[in-house]
Amino acid sequence: MTVQAVIEQEKLAQFEAKIENEIKIEPNDWMPEDYRKHLIRQISQHAHSEVIGMQPEGNWITRAPSLRSKKILLAKIQDEGGHGLYLYAAAETLGVSREQFISWLHEGKAKYASVFNYPTLNWADIGAIGWLVDGAAITNQVSLQRTSYGPYSRAMVRICKEESFHQRQGYEIMWRMMEGTKDQQRMAQDALNRWWWPSLMMFGPHDTDSPRSEKAIQWKIKRESNDRLREKFINKTIPQAELIGLKVPDPELRLNEDGTYQHGDINWDEFYAVINGNGPCNKQRLQHHIKAHQDGAWVRETAAIHQQKMNNHGKH
Amino acid sequence: MEHKEKFYLQIADNALILSHRLSEYCSNAPFLEEDLANTNVALDLIGLAESVYTELASQKGTGTADDYAYRRTEEQFFNCTMTELDYPDFAHLMVRQFFMDNFHFHFFSELVHSKDEFLSALALKSIKEVTYHLRRSSEWIIRMGDGTEEAHQRMIAAIERMWSHHEELFTPSEADLEMLNNNVAPNLSRIKELCMQKVQEIFYFAKLAVPETIPNAYQGKKGIHTEQMGHILSEMQFLPGKYPEAVW
Repeated sequence: MTVQAVIEQEKLAQFEAKIENEIKIEPNDWMPEDYRKHLIRQISQHAHSEVIGMQPEGNWITRAPSLRSKKILLAKIQDEGGHGLYLYAAAETLGVSREQFISWLHEGKAKYASVFNYPTLNWADIGAIGWLVDGAAITNQVSLQRTSYGPYSRAMVRICKEESFHQRQGYEIMWRMMEGTKDQQRMAQDALNRWWWPSLMMFGPHDTDSPRSEKAIQWKIKRESNDRLREKFINKTIPQAELIGLKVPDPELRLNEDGTYQHGDINWDEFYAVINGNGPCNKQRLQHHIKAHQDGAWVRETAAIHQQKMNNHGKH
Repeated sequence: MEHKEKFYLQIADNALILSHRLSEYCSNAPFLEEDLANTNVALDLIGLAESVYTELASQKGTGTADDYAYRRTEEQFFNCTMTELDYPDFAHLMVRQFFMDNFHFHFFSELVHSKDEFLSALALKSIKEVTYHLRRSSEWIIRMGDGTEEAHQRMIAAIERMWSHHEELFTPSEADLEMLNNNVAPNLSRIKELCMQKVQEIFYFAKLAVPETIPNAYQGKKGIHTEQMGHILSEMQFLPGKYPEAVW
């Protein structure tokens, strides 16, 4: 064994000891290349999801039906954009720039949460996104607060605080609509029908079909399995739906004796179709982001040139 | 309608319609930080409009803030037409913002001395927000005016478009004059002087020419708007209009 190999082995042993002892890995610490790659992929995907998620919600800002709901929605979207910023910053500590992350997104090399490839068709969709999509995200993110990479973990702690507000605000929209007119109830049920299954899919494939999960759990990037998190979400959400008179669109849904639920099969063909670019809004979402980025190129350029002028001016 | 109510509405409607235009830009900004900043300004403006509508409803003892936003027709809105205009690019968005922030800053700075306690308190609160808005939009005017040649050209086009609506801000309505006489409203001639000083200062740093004054051709304060206003309202008021019985 070469000296170099011995050193590498020692570093790996130190890294694994930290993981074992729940000591966070920090940006300047040595880490296996695969660990770094996994984090770059996961954190940037998470950041892109926050940013792309601004589009389906933004679709209703100008049509929000009250000043209060408009303010809440605007503030929520602003929070999501802010989460995108924390996460890009966390991902940048791994040595990749935000500009590069955006290029990978535009080139189709990076993904974002598939759930945002569904359209928001009525006002209750804004409720359903807050309640279900943010609800599913929190279930995952609460467990990610304990993730082994320090910057990611700290970003998650901040994000979780805000997401729990969003989930309550989303549920409040649904609750108000179910208390309202027949039309409002119809819209709320319609939104649940369309968002229920995509929300369950957010947790990813079954554990048996999730190739990257094993390593991620071993490195404590991921703290709980897809199926376990999905079950937690279902058990928490179904009583909430029933409480306000909404019917979960799953004819095979059964309440187990231990208070948990048994659900019908998830349509994995649809899941993979959307992941592979063939959902209802994949092209629209990506095109929108690309267009905004391209339309803004001259603004970023003039800001940079102006800054340069100011710096040069300062030197004279 | 009483002059006082109309004066209140001029203030609130400017804020509401401008916030509508800003909020539709969400997810379209040149970069994420700017998207958040825009949303932030939009939120401040909705808050401003809502507090005025709420106060009006309470003074009249009837209706709600939402009734003002969602249940009035075009000719019952008294915002200046500049707030309604669409925008082909970030230069137009930001030039309009600079003119409106500048107006708001000087208007509220004077309105602090209003005899009307509500307006005086509103002005005091708003100045804090508007000071930040004006600093931000002023900086953008300079970055775009004194940056690249492309940005400079875009600024010239944006200024030309918005400038023809600039004079309307300082053209007093009957409500403005009546409220001035009652020591409620500031003198718009004075506000114009202050605004023009700021325009000259910022345009000097931005290497942009201040255009000659264009006489006002618009009457938003009388409820006569551009063709775009109807589209804004039909979008904004769509749900309460379609489902009048619903509570959201």
